[in-house]
Formats: sequence, structure tokens, C-alpha cells
Amino acid sequence: MTSSSPTAQAHEHHHNQDDVDIFGFWLYILSDCILFATLFTTFAVLQHNTFGGPALKALFNLPYVLAETLALLFSSFTYGIAMICHYRRKRNQVLFWLGLTFILGVSFVAMELNEFASLYHEGHGWQTSAAMSSFFTLVGTHGLHVSIGLFWMLNMMYQVMRYGINGTTSRRLTYLGIFWHFLDIVWIFLFTIVYLMGAV
Amino acid sequence: MTLQHALLGDLSLNSIPFNIPIIRDAGIFMGLIALVVIGSLFYFKKWTYLWKEWLTSIDHKKIGIMYIILAMVMLLRGFVDAVMMRSQQALSVGHSMGYLPPEHFNQIFTAHGVIMIFFMAMPLMFGLLNLAVPLQIGARDVAFPYLNSLSLWLTVVSAMLVNISLIVGKFAATGWLAYPPLSDIVYSPGVGVDYYIWALQISGIGSLLSGINFTATILKMRAPGMTMMKLPVFSWAALCAMILVVLAFPILTATLGMLFLDRFMGMHFFTNAFGGNPMLYINMIWAWGHPEVYILILPAFGVFSEVVATFCKKPLFGYTSMIWATIVITFLAFAVWLHHFFTMGSGADVNAFFGIATMIIAVPTGVKIFNWLFTMFRGKITYSMPMLWTIGFLVTFAIGGMTGVLMSVPAVDFQVHNSVFLVAHFHNVIIGGVVFGYFAGLTYWFPKTFGFKLNEKLGRASFWCWLVGFYVAFMPLYVLGLMGMTRRLDHYSLASGFHPWLMVAAAGTALVGLGVFFQILQLFVSIKNRNRVGYRDVTGDPWGGRTLEWSMPSPAPFYNFAHTPTVTTRDAFWTMKQAREANGGQVSKPAYTDIHMPKNTGVGFIIAMFAGLFGFAMTWHIEWMIAVGLIGIVVTVIARTFNRDIDYYVKADEVERIETACANLATQARDDKYPVLNTNELLHGAK
Repeated sequence: MTSSSPTAQAHEHHHNQDDVDIFGFWLYILSDCILFATLFTTFAVLQHNTFGGPALKALFNLPYVLAETLALLFSSFTYGIAMICHYRRKRNQVLFWLGLTFILGVSFVAMELNEFASLYHEGHGWQTSAAMSSFFTLVGTHGLHVSIGLFWMLNMMYQVMRYGINGTTSRRLTYLGIFWHFLDIVWIFLFTIVYLMGAV
Repeated sequence: MTLQHALLGDLSLNSIPFNIPIIRDAGIFMGLIALVVIGSLFYFKKWTYLWKEWLTSIDHKKIGIMYIILAMVMLLRGFVDAVMMRSQQALSVGHSMGYLPPEHFNQIFTAHGVIMIFFMAMPLMFGLLNLAVPLQIGARDVAFPYLNSLSLWLTVVSAMLVNISLIVGKFAATGWLAYPPLSDIVYSPGVGVDYYIWALQISGIGSLLSGINFTATILKMRAPGMTMMKLPVFSWAALCAMILVVLAFPILTATLGMLFLDRFMGMHFFTNAFGGNPMLYINMIWAWGHPEVYILILPAFGVFSEVVATFCKKPLFGYTSMIWATIVITFLAFAVWLHHFFTMGSGADVNAFFGIATMIIAVPTGVKIFNWLFTMFRGKITYSMPMLWTIGFLVTFAIGGMTGVLMSVPAVDFQVHNSVFLVAHFHNVIIGGVVFGYFAGLTYWFPKTFGFKLNEKLGRASFWCWLVGFYVAFMPLYVLGLMGMTRRLDHYSLASGFHPWLMVAAAGTALVGLGVFFQILQLFVSIKNRNRVGYRDVTGDPWGGRTLEWSMPSPAPFYNFAHTPTVTTRDAFWTMKQAREANGGQVSKPAYTDIHMPKNTGVGFIIAMFAGLFGFAMTWHIEWMIAVGLIGIVVTVIARTFNRDIDYYVKADEVERIETACANLATQARDDKYPVLNTNELLHGAK
């Protein structure tokens, strides 16, 4: 049989499950980075293949996208405040700031959908060219991530309401936070590479 | 929209090709097997047992066993495809068209590749990882046991999608990587490519989750004292392979996602018109595909390292260089993808870069080969089954590696591109490396998993059939490739001179088939004799092992280690055995403590079933079923987040009882039959 010291026993008993869990979540974020990297690459290769249609930069309304960007950036900020409140165990404040984050997130998704709809109705849908396909897919995948994050946030608001702030909800808020800030960073790249570099 | 379309989408009775005898008979055969399985589950009243002990199990050892069962079933299916291709090519010469129409032949070679890589090799690899890694590193389980179960079932439902495609509708007829524009909706309008996409997407997500799971397990859950440079080589190889999974599989997901958008939403990523770029797909699919090859081979390298050290009774030669070679291969895996299409025309500079990067991979691989040889040098070699597979590998893989280096020269590659020379090469490294490696691992860890060894004689017979069969089947393909035979050929003229070589290759396939037969027989004979001397493993250490998994009873108790081991050296268990010998067999036993365990859950299984439903519905455009699948997944996930009752404790006296029973077993061994240990209790725990 194998031997074992008492400290090893104690170590094993807790075995830092939170630490392992959050590390695993970072690995997921890494894999998501690669997913976006693939879509960015596709966009870089195909963005000029407009097949006779207008260049992408002619289609963007930069001030509108800036407003969208600000909504998302502020939502990251409000999420940060929610996390500070969560460290101080202030349940209601957590709920308030999560709610605000949610509203900002919904505004972002709504603005994006509005942009998509107007592009589509002006005859610049995803079927018109490879450039439009890559644009809709890259931006849409980000939007899909944000939308999933929003559903997740609703679930977390309910869980905080029902269970309060405990080990489990705290860990899940940390996951969601990593996810939310990650999407912010992806959007900064997206805004720069898709919107700004095309337009400037 | 008609009612039928609302209910069934594009699915109708015409989708089932009753009129093609081969498919009809295969369908009847599969149906009969399913009936027998379901019938016997009712007859023996095993439904509850199946659900409670297996389908909902999140024990890594049982998940490993289920992965391996899936891999073996799919190996048989993939092998049948191989037999059909070889026999078609042996028959279809001159005036004879063989027995397979081109459309069917194309589906067969596509299914063969997809099944062998995704549903044979990958499950077998994850099976071995599940069996060995947590035990090697002294862990209670993997980092995320429930995720592990989800990964398994996602893989299983995807394999079932591929099997369903045999009867309902058709499979892709595009080759295993479904290159566009052929795989676009214009040229592949049916459901074949959709089956392909969804089977790979669902199983790909399963693989990605496993990759995350095992990376976290190996990096974060090693026993105290096990630093990275004391980590067993198999676990190191597994870690590198899993990092490759995390980095490569998202590329596959994104690429197939775009192919799906092209087909379903009318987008133009990879189409010929509207500015699409098919070569982009081919670049990206190989940016996943090349690392995928190393995802498969690295764990096999790990198995060989364990086997060589154990069966030569020596520590592995050059542990450090072995680890660094593995890490270098991991990096280079991402720098060579373009060698799969030198003929794309990217120019001499680009081709030269990728050609040289490819050649460089031979260096760390060579380091490994020499390390294994030097471990054997002056070792006390036992020629047991795992060691035979290893020696078979060393010779075969070296040949395959050399033909690989040949093709890494772009000028040579232009000559043999798309020929059966390439087919011979990658079967040479995949059968000689991956398959032999996994078989070695399977026979090596079999006693640890089930508590008894496999029959040695039949194992040897199987090995020799596989080895000789492989050479007879694939060496002719090298010749044929140089003669100019292209791959995926369903008919050729007599004047080509291919026929005699293809007859030899077909004979080789028959030999491999004999090897498979011996393996099945071996399994039957060994199960029948499992309690006899020579089969039953009473010590927990049947091979004289060096790593921690051999320090525990066979089969490993459901809670793994009663005490978390403390590691001081590289070959941790070897050192423990020596210390015990020096002590005159005395070991100090600390008191047993309660063990914290996760509870079984069916959530992984249920999510995967909904995912399978979703995949099927997406293939056939059945709107309501798509909704059911999606909503089912989301609701199940959310419901799981509200479940607070997810763990329990195994009491200390229960642990003590099981451990004592195992310890007494060795002393009670009688002449012919060992006292029957309650293996069920070790696997499932007392209920």
C-alpha cells in the first residue's frame, strides 16, 4: 500500500476545487480565443472579396458602432462593480449592478441586431458576397456569445436572489465575469479590425 | 408546407434505400443487434443496472471502459468499410465494375476515414487516458467528472449519427475532410455532408471538453510531491496531446461551422462564386488536422514509454529528452499544416518553409526512437503482448516516418500527391503507430481495469496477423502509388498493371481480419477464464510496474486511492516497492478516512441525447425537432445548476473493509482457482 502524510490528507480533503474549476474555465476561454482567431483570420482573408458590392467601410456607421461599443464597455465596468459588491456580501447591490449590466448588454445586442437588419434590408445580406458572409459571421458569433452571457446572467440573478452569495454562486459569478470581460476584449479587437481599420 | 414536411422535414420513406441489397442487409444486421441487446436487457432485467452503474456514471474508469467499447464497435464498422474498398478494387478491373456503384464507394471511403479517426482512434485514446491518467498521477478522479461523462455521451451520439446515416439517407461522399467546393450545397445537395458536419461538430465539442478536463487534471491534481519532471511519461504525452486538443479543435468547430453556413444560410466562405475561397477551408481544416495527427500519436508514444520501461525492468532512458521531444513535437504540430497541399501553388518559398519544418519533426521523433532502443539495450526484456506491439511499432513506424520525410520534399510530393503512396504512408504511421500503441496500452492496462489479464497466446497470434497483414496490405500501395495510381479509385483498366498488387493488398486485409478475429476470441477466452491462475491479477501489479496505478488493487476501487500517495521519485511505485523490500515487507498504514465523492448524474447522458436529436433534426431540416433538441439542452443545463445534492462520503470503515479484502486476496490464492473477489463491489461500491 502507499503511504501518506497527515498534511497530504488535509491537502486532499479540500484539494482547492475552486482553484481547479477556475483554471478549467480559463482553458475554455483559451479555446474560445482560438475560435475567434479562426473567424478573424477568415475575415482578414475575405474582407475585400465583395464580389462587385461596395467596400465594407462604406456600409458602417461609425458613431453608431461607437455607441454600441460604449454600451458593452460600460457593462464590463458595471459587472466589475457587481463583483466588488459580491466580495462585500451585499446581495441587493450585486443584483442591482447585475441588472444594470444586463440592460447594457441587451442594448448592445439590440443595436447590433438593428445594424444587421438595416444592412440586410439595404441589400447587403450575408448571401451577397464572401466579405459580407465573413462580417456577419464574425460579428454575429460575438453577438451570440453576448446573448448566451445574458441568459446566463438572468440565471445568476435568480440564483443570487434564491441562494444568496455562497461558495457556488460566488464561483459562478467569477466564471461569468471572466466570460463577460473576455467578450469585451474580443469586441475591442473586433471594433478595431472590422470597423476602424476598414474605415480609417 | 405539407403536414409530412412539418413533421418529418426532408425525411421520407424514400430516404431509406431498401433497394440496395448491401445497405438493406447492413440495416437488418444492425437492427438485429439492437434488438438482441434491448431484448436481453429486458430478459435479464438489467435496465436499472445499466442506468445506475454505467449511463449515469461519472467514474473515470467506467467512462474509459465505455469509450473503449465504442471504439471497438466502430473499429469493426470501419474495418468492414476497409474490406469493401479493398475487395472492390481487387474486383473492379477492365470490363468488371466490381460490386459497388461509384456513389456508394465514395461514401464508404469517406465513412472509413471519419470513423477510424473520430470514432475509433479518438474514443480509444480518451478511453486509455481515462483508465490511466488519474491513477498515474494519484488523483481521486478527473478535474470535472460530470463534464467527462458529457464528453463521452456526445461522442457516442455522434457515432450513432454516422451509423444512422448508413440506413436513413446517406453519408458524405466527399472524402474524410469534405473539401469544398465539392462539399458545398451545389455539388453535394443531399443530407450526406450534413450528417458529416453534425457528427463532427457534436463529437468535436465532446473532445474539446475532454481536452480542457484532462489539461486541468494533469496540471492541477497531481499527488503531493509529483513535480512536472516526476510526471509519468504517458501523462506527459497526454498533457501535450490535450493542449493540442484545446488549441486545435476550436479551429475545426469554426471551419465546419462556416461550411454549414455556406450550405444552410447561403453564405460564400468556400464557394466558387461570390468571392468565396475554397483554399481557405483547406488551410483551416489542416490547421486542425495536422495537430489532430499528433493528438493521436503522442499518447501512443506515451504508452510505448511506459511499456518499454516496465518490460525491460529499467527506468526509461533519457526521460528529460523524451519530455522535451514531446514538447517540441507539440509546437511543431502547428507549423507544418501546409505540407498537406504543397500543390496548392503557394510558391517555392512557402513550400520550402513548410517542407523544412516537416523534416525537422523527424528530429524529436528520432530522439524518442533512440530513447526506446537504449532503454531496451541491456534490459531484461519480457516479450509479453504489450512489448510485442512496441517492437512491431518501432520497425513499422520508422519505415512510415521515412516515407513521410520523403514526401516532405515538395518536389517529390508533387509526384505522389493524391496517390495511394500517400495512403500507404499515413496508414503506415497510423496503424504502425497509433493502432499498435493503443493495442499495447489496452493489453497493458487491461488487468488494472478488469482485474484479469488477457490470454497471451491468442494475443500473440493476433499481433502477428496484424503485423504481417499490415505489410502485405500496404507495401503494395507504395508501389502502386509510384506507378501512378490515384487514391479513391473505384475502377481501373487491366493495362494499368495495378491488378496483381491490389490482389496482394486484399490478401493482406484478410490477414488483418484474422488478427481482429483472434482479438475477439482472446476477449471471450479471457473473460471465461478470468478467475483462473494466469489470468486473475491478485497483486494489483501483474507486470512489475513502475508507476502509481500499479500500487492499488485490480480492478482499482471506485474511489481510487484509499490514501493519497506522496511521491518522491520519478518511478514512484518502483521506489515504494524497493523501500518496502528494504523494510522486510513492512508498510506503515495510516488510519483510513472518509472519502469525498461526487454523486452519479444522468445530466451528461440527457444533454447528449438532446444534442443527437438536434444533429439529426438539423440534417433533415425538421423544425420542431431542432427546437426540442435545443430547448432540451438548455433546460437540462439550467436544471443542473439548481441541483445542490451532488456529492457524498464513503465511510472510513467501508474503505477499510474493501482494502483489507483486496490485501487478503494474494495470501488466499489457491492452486487452480483464486477465491472470487467481488469485482462488482470494487467497480461500483456496495449498494
